[in-house]
Amino acid sequence: MMEVSIRNVRKEFDRFPALHDVSLDIRSGELIALLGPSGSGKTTLLRLIAGLERPTAGSVFFGAEDASQKSVQERNVGFVFQHYALFRHMTVADNIGFGLKVRPAESRPPKDVIRKRASELLDLVQLSGLERRYPSQLSGGQRQRVALARAMAIEPKVLLLDEPFGALDAQVRRELRRWLREIHEATGHTTVFVTHDQEEALELADRVVVMSQGRIEQVGTADEVYDTPNSPFVYGFIGESSALPVRVEGGELWLQDRSIGLSVRDVPEGEASLYFRPHEIELLEGCGGCIAGTVAASRRVAGSRRVELEIGGENHKVEIELPIEHPAAGKSRIAFRPRRWRVFPAGAERRQRAA
Amino acid sequence: MSIAPASNGWHFRRPSVIPGFGLTLGFTIAYLTLIVLIPLSGVVWRSAELGLADFWAIATERRTLSALKVSFGTAFLAALVNVVFGTVVAWILVRYRFPGRRIVDAVVDLPFALPTAVAGIALAAIYAPGGWVGQLLAPLGIKVAFTPLGIVVALIFIGLPFVVRTVQPVMEEIDREVEEAAATLGATRFQTVSRVLLPGLAPALLTGFALAFARAVGEYGSVIFIAGNIPYVSEIAPLLIVIKLEEFNYAGATAIAAVMLLLSFAMLFVINLIQAWSRRRYGYGA
Repeated sequence: MMEVSIRNVRKEFDRFPALHDVSLDIRSGELIALLGPSGSGKTTLLRLIAGLERPTAGSVFFGAEDASQKSVQERNVGFVFQHYALFRHMTVADNIGFGLKVRPAESRPPKDVIRKRASELLDLVQLSGLERRYPSQLSGGQRQRVALARAMAIEPKVLLLDEPFGALDAQVRRELRRWLREIHEATGHTTVFVTHDQEEALELADRVVVMSQGRIEQVGTADEVYDTPNSPFVYGFIGESSALPVRVEGGELWLQDRSIGLSVRDVPEGEASLYFRPHEIELLEGCGGCIAGTVAASRRVAGSRRVELEIGGENHKVEIELPIEHPAAGKSRIAFRPRRWRVFPAGAERRQRAA
Repeated sequence: MSIAPASNGWHFRRPSVIPGFGLTLGFTIAYLTLIVLIPLSGVVWRSAELGLADFWAIATERRTLSALKVSFGTAFLAALVNVVFGTVVAWILVRYRFPGRRIVDAVVDLPFALPTAVAGIALAAIYAPGGWVGQLLAPLGIKVAFTPLGIVVALIFIGLPFVVRTVQPVMEEIDREVEEAAATLGATRFQTVSRVLLPGLAPALLTGFALAFARAVGEYGSVIFIAGNIPYVSEIAPLLIVIKLEEFNYAGATAIAAVMLLLSFAMLFVINLIQAWSRRRYGYGA
């Protein structure tokens, strides 16, 4: 059990910034997801925690102890790589026992203890009896389980996983996801994993850290980041969303010359963007304070119908979701109002980028 | 569509999407026969003219035996040295970016291209007691040129690219993540190299060794200039063959050749077996 605290960490590669001033507190025993598009710095952050990279500035604490100046070897972290990184000339049992075997003589457990530990871990990852196989004789999912067993063999302070399921197919991935959650609950390691798959992050993690362009955008539970995104980026990145340029005037939202019927506080007057999710809307008959648009396209998506609307004459397109049988889908003009939404001042996104 | 019977053991042919197995196998056999088998069986044929007793007499003659010992012994030593330093050279070329890396990379191939006699003369000049390196070694009592040590030096020269070029591509494929994984598990740099990287390279090292060794056993041109060619001391088997030929003793020459052939084939065969075993073990081609 170990809490990890990242304090004002900055990382530059050849003067190219990969992380700007990132701080994050990870509680003991927590399962945390670092979620973001490629280039968002999530893997760099994970490698900084592991000690595979050194921060340009800032520090990483394990508990009360400053780990920043410690080498990878001294940090005692379990790291699982996307492509398993198993030692292919060693059997599964030797792979798992490696971390114990390379310890200095005075702290190295005897051989039979190492062997016993390896087979216990194989039981835990549900690969009992495969001790003598070589990695090339295993499937991708099995290899990743061995990699996890190997990382857990050294009783790490934290378990770090870099896109652990990225190289596996969808079926295996879902299975391993459930299984990782079970293992986490059984062992209670503080665990951080990197993913670009929001479904994986939302389903698996206690808290999700959404990252973009070397910064943390939002940290929160799955409900928090999905229901109350705090930036246009998070709104766009997690789940589906539509955006519409609006104007704030007198605490009301205006779409061109019409009021939408939504009022806001805390947003400066002037240009702004309205964000909402396609399924969080209500349809209206007639339009006294609503958003109205012409149906441009309509598609069936699983259990619902997605309708693309053209709003105003300026080709702003938004998507809304309707029940399959809803009569409105047949109409050429639809009026609606979002039930849950957020307004960000115009340029919020751009300003963030430039900062 | 026919389903292949569940056979155990090896298959004569495996179904493949590319046709032409018969044609390519036929070509391979014809080609190998023309280029390799016919000339080599000529050697065995000519030496057979001697009769077993005479053949045995030539093969076990003291001069022949010591020439074979010098040839195989120096080739073995040179191949060992090349495995060690060739691996270091390959490592530098694969892992580091430094000015002149491409030049170093090209220099490695020079022993392939250079006429071996040139190499022999150059090495002899440098390592002779009055040469650049020789005069530094002379006060230490180390004589290189015109001794078996000189042969080893020449064989190291010509064998180097074989090791570098076999190990280099395999090294390039080593995943950095594997080293990082070892580090996160607590392995020191030395443990990572000795327990993770080198065992992974073992099949390639073995191939490099076999190639450098085979090349060195057959080497003639460079060695005769630096060896001094003293019978029983620094005379190599290929030279002995040439000497016999110059004496028009064709049977004697082919007898020694046949012995060399046999020894080389046996050693390469054993190395190949070890290799097949280690490949299986290390999970290549599985």
